[in-house]
Amino acid sequence: MATNASVAHDHHDHDNHTPPFFKRWFYSTNHKDIGLLYIFFSIFAAIIGGGLSGLIRWELYAPGLQLFGEHSLLDQLGIFHGKHGYNAVVTAHALIMVFFVVMPATVGGFGNYFVPLMIGAPDMAFPRLNNISFWLLVAGFVLLITSLFVPGGVGAMDKGFGGGWTVYPPLSSAQYHPGPSLDLAIFALHVAGASSILGAINFITTIFNMRAPGMTLHRMPLFAWALLVTAFLLLISLPVLAGAITMLLTDRNFGTSFFVPAGGGDPVMYQHLFWFFGHPEVYIMILPGFGIISHIVSTFSKKPVFGYLAMAYAMVAIGVVGFIVWAHHMYTVGMGFNLRAYFVMATMIIAVPTGVKIFSWIATMWGGSIDFKVPMLWAIGFIFLFTVGGVTGVVLANNAIDISLHDTYYVVAHFHYVLSLGAVFSIFAAFFYWFEKMFGVKFNEFLAQVQFWIMFVGVNVIFFPQHFLGLQGMPRRYVDYPLGFEFWNKVSTIGYMITIVGVGVFFILLIEAAIRRRKADANPWGEGATTLEWTLSSPPPYHQFSELPVIKDDGHH
Amino acid sequence: MGIRRLTRAGVRAGKAGIGALLASLSAWFMGAGLALAEEVAGMPTDKAIHLQKSASDIKDAAITFHNWILLPVITIIVVLVMVLLLWIIVRFNKRANPVPARFSHNTAIEIIWTVVPVLILVYIAMFSFSLMRKYEAMPDPDVVVKATGYQWYWSYDYPELGVEGVESRLLPEAREIDSAKAANVPFLLGVDNELIVPVNKVVQVQVTAYDVIHAFALPAFGVKSDAVPGRLNNVWFKSRETGIFYGQCSELCGIDHAYMPIAIRVVTEKEFDDYIIAAGGKTRAQIAQEAAAAKLAEDKAAAEAAAASAAAPAEEAATDASAAAAPTSDAEGAAASAAPAAQ
Repeated sequence: MATNASVAHDHHDHDNHTPPFFKRWFYSTNHKDIGLLYIFFSIFAAIIGGGLSGLIRWELYAPGLQLFGEHSLLDQLGIFHGKHGYNAVVTAHALIMVFFVVMPATVGGFGNYFVPLMIGAPDMAFPRLNNISFWLLVAGFVLLITSLFVPGGVGAMDKGFGGGWTVYPPLSSAQYHPGPSLDLAIFALHVAGASSILGAINFITTIFNMRAPGMTLHRMPLFAWALLVTAFLLLISLPVLAGAITMLLTDRNFGTSFFVPAGGGDPVMYQHLFWFFGHPEVYIMILPGFGIISHIVSTFSKKPVFGYLAMAYAMVAIGVVGFIVWAHHMYTVGMGFNLRAYFVMATMIIAVPTGVKIFSWIATMWGGSIDFKVPMLWAIGFIFLFTVGGVTGVVLANNAIDISLHDTYYVVAHFHYVLSLGAVFSIFAAFFYWFEKMFGVKFNEFLAQVQFWIMFVGVNVIFFPQHFLGLQGMPRRYVDYPLGFEFWNKVSTIGYMITIVGVGVFFILLIEAAIRRRKADANPWGEGATTLEWTLSSPPPYHQFSELPVIKDDGHH
Repeated sequence: MGIRRLTRAGVRAGKAGIGALLASLSAWFMGAGLALAEEVAGMPTDKAIHLQKSASDIKDAAITFHNWILLPVITIIVVLVMVLLLWIIVRFNKRANPVPARFSHNTAIEIIWTVVPVLILVYIAMFSFSLMRKYEAMPDPDVVVKATGYQWYWSYDYPELGVEGVESRLLPEAREIDSAKAANVPFLLGVDNELIVPVNKVVQVQVTAYDVIHAFALPAFGVKSDAVPGRLNNVWFKSRETGIFYGQCSELCGIDHAYMPIAIRVVTEKEFDDYIIAAGGKTRAQIAQEAAAAKLAEDKAAAEAAAASAAAPAEEAATDASAAAAPTSDAEGAAASAAPAAQ
């Protein structure tokens, strides 16, 4: 990896002339500003998405209908009415978290901000395309939120779409979800998808063409590698989602029968198309996190990443194999034996490069001189908890046991471990790792540590018991459950209450940092921080690297 | 030789260890005043941490695969990573190790941590495919049932036995906890008409749906299949116990997705036959009897026809005889069509 020791000094780092407010923030062509816009957007969406999950855990605290029953609080508020409302909440929670929290934070936020810095580029290849990617996402979010307030279900009071983020027909057809809600949600996905595809084009072009002289691909930081692979996944998988949901749209509105059996169509074809996108999507959500963890573990261990090439190509392998395993989401639809056997085998193979990464991070720390600052806490938490989530994935990969676990809370536990305890941990890790760099002020380390520990305990208490619920057979997307599932549901909701306290501490931390305004250092982390962003001031100048840095071999490869 | 004895001893120790662990966990639960509810087959058990109790051999095999192959492997991996991380925290924090090492490669270990996971996956795959094959190898079914998912109930047919349209709905009193308790029916599980099947017989379930995608699931038998409109899926089970076994719809299907349980009442063969007759169908024995009687009658008629044309050349007589013997399926078909097949 290139180190700052080999970089020529940039004379023009006093170039800080910024445009006036409206032009700067609404017509931005600056990757750092756009990155910040994405991050703030993601925090805003996370409040909404997290609030929705609070409604879910509130309802599931005890058997019987509470929030989503008759004469409940929600009923009186007129929003998310009844059992349809619960399904709409579950659907919206997932769509918001996937498309408007994790992806904007990792790819749009940290990707935009730091990839150009790390490769020594003055900006992304297409700065104005970058801006339209962001504002398309805002438009998509508006469309999605709007869809929650227009008629969508069969009942007169049923607003919003209640068919799960997977949107399977025939439940998502016009007959079972009449009204404009799902059509708006489909447009939201079209627009968000376009946002990501354009962003992917931007990242690929930038990374292939704008690396500073001397920075070969094999000297490129691992976060940039992660974004490169992620961008290809986005580019190839999103058009298939677009196709699937467009076919659904025409089935709903223009009389086509792509997924209508009576017209010669097949609901299962939708599932193949959706999951062909859906599986790479989960790697899209985690790969940037892998890159972030590599940087943080290396920085705080004061050691280079163990096995750099293996790490880079493990990500490539995960990305490539991730395209040929999609039907493990469909083991119970009635596919033939040989087909299922293939998908079992292909899915299990992904565990190998993933394991290589886990062990390499551990080997990076081995022999290091570790400083347990907050980013490192999140990173170590990630390594352990992603392993837990990963192994339950190996369990689910086996068709034979998946028959008992498909569409149960075991699956919910699995993906929340790899997402809420994987991707989200990496987002917090990155947020604190790059906090001073982005915002130019310090944060309170003690508050951040308190937040980490509270949230670490909280999210584990939410999701670990859900494995037990799944093993006992509790199905997903259920507004209510038989008495045999009561205890672990209670525990899970208590975990949510703990987590919320942690989130509160996070906001206190943000306010404290904004009020105190302690000036940040260019490199708060010391000798372990070796990538190019640490050679710049905190925050970096508005335009950096107008004179390109020259990267010399630092002897690691 | 020594290895085998060691392995066996190890396995015994392992089982003893896991047994001890589970026993102590249960003891802790009960000691902490959180008594584990008594486990009843066919229903979830509060506070339980394991797969539901099995009432069929194949679910036994799935439980074994999970508890003795998958769970030990994933536990070892997670514990290994945890121990390594804890060791790192203790041994390589900046106070304990002020000068960081410089290595970033070690070919031997990189090979090990690539090859060993592959071997572990191969180990798992052996048992995994074996269990998949068990699921696939349905024995000759004794009873064929067709389960059709509707919004929001199930409809069961016995196509070969002439019983159709048994609609199974959640009981109104089972929709609320208090009324369920009062009526002594399980909350969210009690139905008006269970699907009735005989014990120790292979039951083939053909699963489909009328409107949206549902899913037919029975944890006690390790069975789950999506119910897709326009598609007929196939699962099977063989219960070795009588009793009532519950499952719940396992594919989001609208407002009452949580309110359309699957309930199987497994009864003795005699009770099953009585049920079929009472429902207006014919038992398998009756159908076979009628088919045999019909065949007998047809053979008799064919023999008489052959005798009548005894004057005809031998060649023609031989052709007639084989023609009379061939259409046995026709005879069975004729008997079966008396009980209209909905297949």
